[in-house]
Amino acid sequence: MSRQANRGTESKKMNSELFTLTYGALVTQLCKDYENDEDVNKQLDKMGYNIGVRLIEDFLARSNVGRCHDFRETADVIAKVAFKMYLGITPSVTNWSAAGDEFSLILENNPLVDFVELPDNHSSLIYSNLLCGVLRGALEMVQMAIDVKFAQDTLRGDNVTEIRMKFIKRIEENLPAGEE
Amino acid sequence: MTVHNLYIFDRNGVCLHYSEWNRKKHAGISREQEYQLMYGMLFSIRSFVNKMSPVDFRDGFLSFQTSKYKLHYYETATGIKIIMNTDLGVGNIRDILSQIYSTIFVELVVKNPLCSMNEPIQSELFRTKLDSFVRGLPFFSARAG
Repeated sequence: MSRQANRGTESKKMNSELFTLTYGALVTQLCKDYENDEDVNKQLDKMGYNIGVRLIEDFLARSNVGRCHDFRETADVIAKVAFKMYLGITPSVTNWSAAGDEFSLILENNPLVDFVELPDNHSSLIYSNLLCGVLRGALEMVQMAIDVKFAQDTLRGDNVTEIRMKFIKRIEENLPAGEE
Repeated sequence: MTVHNLYIFDRNGVCLHYSEWNRKKHAGISREQEYQLMYGMLFSIRSFVNKMSPVDFRDGFLSFQTSKYKLHYYETATGIKIIMNTDLGVGNIRDILSQIYSTIFVELVVKNPLCSMNEPIQSELFRTKLDSFVRGLPFFSARAG
């Protein structure tokens, strides 16, 4: 354990195949455990959320990124710093809504799906749905309620993989109950 | 120079951790009450400082001092708050508090799935590491004060 504390804040590189294959095994197992794809999607999102809630602390500790002042800055940090740090890719940020509260992340190569072909009987499975949960969980910890979903997915025949992010509201901090 | 004590609060005001090294005067109330009082004051100072500031600024509330001690405050974007009380001779220790966050709290609490993140920290390893880190600080000296 002491090696961890000495590690400092630099990031360590790891073989991405190990990650991709482990994720594949997880999805395969969930497909066995649950009867329909909807439940698998839900489970993946929930697991992702639980990861995101902790991942954000690791991210802040390593990156020295402070609080974001608007949603555009948030989009930039997600695409250029966070995706780069954890998945080694830099998605492009596009399709801003007029109000500036919605944007898309276009992933040219999604490392989670490197060796994947979806069988025909899983047409409604959102294979990488874990990512949505991670994004939602992480942003919730920095006081942003966000709606995240896959709008397009190459695994399901689309040309690109697109994650749509919609800002819902700022979560206000409250004084805990029982205090005057 | 000396370090008196250290509090870690989560975003909801739960006191995740408290340690003390050189504290001569106690509050005369229960620990729970003391944590609540502390958090309430920090919460108010934070909103006070943000409202009263005549200019925009990034960091917000950093520290305050009285005639006898200095309170250092560090808050992450996720709302984790680290508070260290020292004597007046200690300068700016933001980097030290951020080191406590990134190399001790994140490594030993956040990355330990058995540690819940919204109740007081039980991990013995965390306690030991934090204690030896603070004792190793250049301005830690149990004699002074």
